[in-house]
Amino acid sequence: MSDTLDVAPARAGAAAARPLRVALVGNPNSGKTAMFNALTGSRQKVANYAGVTVERKEGQLVAASGRTVVVLDLPGTYSLRARSPDEVVTRDAVLGRLAGETPPDVVICVADATNLRLVLRLALELKAVGRPCVLALNMIDIAQRQGLEIDTDRLSRELSMPVVGTVATRRRGVETLVAEVEAQAAEAAGAGAGPSAWREPSATEIRALHREAERILKAAVRPPKRPDTWTGRLDGVLLHPVAGVLILLAVLFLMFQAVFTGAKPIMDLITAGFDQLSLIVGHLLPDGMLKSLICDGVIAGVGSVVVFLPQIMILFLFIILLEDVGYMARAAFLLDRIMGGAGLHGRAFIPLLSSFACAIPGIMATRVIDNRRDRLTTILVAPLMTCSARIPVYTLIISAFIPQRTVWGVLSLQGLVFFGLYAAGLVSALLVAWVVRKIFWRGAAEPFLMELPTYKVPDPMNVARNVLQRGQIFLQRAGTIILSMMILIWFLSTVPGKPAGAVGPAINYSLAGMIGHAIEPVLAPVGFSWQMSVALIPGMAAREVAVGALATVYSVAGEGGGEAVLGSSLAAHWSLASALAFLAWYVFAPQCASTLGVVKRETNSWRWPIIMFAYMTALAYAAAFVTYHVALALGGG
Amino acid sequence: MRRLADIDPPHETALEPLASLADGRRGFSGVIAELQDRPAAGGLAAGELERRLLEMGFVEGARVEILHEGFIGRDPICVRLDDMRVALRRRDARGVLVRPDPVRPGPAR
Repeated sequence: MSDTLDVAPARAGAAAARPLRVALVGNPNSGKTAMFNALTGSRQKVANYAGVTVERKEGQLVAASGRTVVVLDLPGTYSLRARSPDEVVTRDAVLGRLAGETPPDVVICVADATNLRLVLRLALELKAVGRPCVLALNMIDIAQRQGLEIDTDRLSRELSMPVVGTVATRRRGVETLVAEVEAQAAEAAGAGAGPSAWREPSATEIRALHREAERILKAAVRPPKRPDTWTGRLDGVLLHPVAGVLILLAVLFLMFQAVFTGAKPIMDLITAGFDQLSLIVGHLLPDGMLKSLICDGVIAGVGSVVVFLPQIMILFLFIILLEDVGYMARAAFLLDRIMGGAGLHGRAFIPLLSSFACAIPGIMATRVIDNRRDRLTTILVAPLMTCSARIPVYTLIISAFIPQRTVWGVLSLQGLVFFGLYAAGLVSALLVAWVVRKIFWRGAAEPFLMELPTYKVPDPMNVARNVLQRGQIFLQRAGTIILSMMILIWFLSTVPGKPAGAVGPAINYSLAGMIGHAIEPVLAPVGFSWQMSVALIPGMAAREVAVGALATVYSVAGEGGGEAVLGSSLAAHWSLASALAFLAWYVFAPQCASTLGVVKRETNSWRWPIIMFAYMTALAYAAAFVTYHVALALGGG
Repeated sequence: MRRLADIDPPHETALEPLASLADGRRGFSGVIAELQDRPAAGGLAAGELERRLLEMGFVEGARVEILHEGFIGRDPICVRLDDMRVALRRRDARGVLVRPDPVRPGPAR
């Protein structure tokens, strides 16, 4: 993408100089990410800041002078007075207070040229910090199309910083911007380094800054001759109390369908591919532990990571499109009241809805929520939504134990139970969110204050790059955690091997078998036999694995019609009460190592996965206990 | 930018009484006359809501108009704020005191 900047005639001379450090600051929706992409192309690194969940995006470019420029993309903000962990990072990075970060030599303030009022105040705040600044008037093409006249010389004089018009998505003005950054750095020559004196402005000072910004705006900018009327017209429909809600439901339905069913063929293909690979490799290796490790541990483990990719990419395609178009804020507006009732942010609906397909992309999608507490609450309840991996377990148990009867003439009893399980997941998610809000973060009523950006046509390159980046981040960061958990589960289920001459399936002699036997007394009160307890251990790999694990434990040959056979085998071994308790367990239990892995990745700490594991296990135990005993009392023994 | 709060209304003899943005219905418009710190029950430090509103552009002299209301309980509201659009909950808008535009005869709002 950045080939033009790579051509560096003077490279030899300036290459020795220390790389120039630049930070990007701007309001949300100013095209800052597009600017970051335009500057750095594909040479980007995504990591986390030490100790916080905030994503750190850094990239590099080589300026025309041959100097290397390191660009840091800071979270969007309206002010240096930070209100969220993201904004704290932005403030501290600009002030040079961020531990482990070299202070930037130059700050680029990215502005939406069509919406300057608030960003001018931010620019004034940045100027007061004393670090060299350049103002990038991004989306200048849209401003010109609207007939918005901006006197850049005047603006530059008033703000005492260079002002460059840019169109980040088309890389217009980017080279000029880099040249201005270099000039600023040369002029300052180290004067801007080190932490600067800064303190939070009071309300009076914010008012004064706003007045100053207002004055500059009036002096340098003529209002548009042809203002954007599309946004108002579209909002008239999209925010309409009836039409808007119907359209939102349609959009959500489409997204859910795409994630749920659209990804299915690709996921099946991936699963089949890895099974095939495992088979081929299995033929090449001699029988034994190594073969089992490679085929059932590593290959199956990698497969279980890659299989999430289609859902993640499709979901993020929707999220990034909706975000770039400007619709995400509208959807949050429409849903704020409903989600707010449960103590969740309006934007929590996307993660929660996606969690019906799978909690992994759902938890990754909580990135759309800025507020840390709202985000953590959403992460905590996301796995309670009934994900598609529960369906095989539910189907197996329901078809084996619930008679095919109709109730009230039309409803199938099996269908009713199925629906009940879905409803239990949804209701408990909202209840848990409400409890978390009331008990743990009592009184922390975050104001809901959100700019609704003007609608824009998204840039396909930008969307594609951001979707690919999400996939890459998942593979690199969450994938490694998930893979190691998969290998651990394989190890537990395989080692030690079955002793010679022993009867019964090998898993009964493994560590998993021992753990299963050990936890059986604990699970006996909820009606679980030791076989069920053992199956829970490999079932940690993924919920649907429980079906295979039960088949293994009950030594049901897996081939051809296995599920029907397994069903009747379970019906012979389990009481109805045990079966219902098992269903109740699966509504709540954290039977998914990948979910815990991705929570670790997204929260950057083991604390939250541990809390999640604990509360979900407690809920599952309580639900299974109540279900078992009620069923027993009603004669389901 | 019109600054109705700063100048005497040319036609009306009496100013419309101040009204909170939180109580406005769709179509309600006026100029912010005063911004008070009136946070909803607890949680925020004193002056915090006021500063957040200021940073979003809710500043004395700015024009506001309620463009849309949520479909449940008419909450939250979407307002035009000078040339931006901002969504907020009514309970957070309580401290935004508006001098309503005089009601002119004409098509219903």
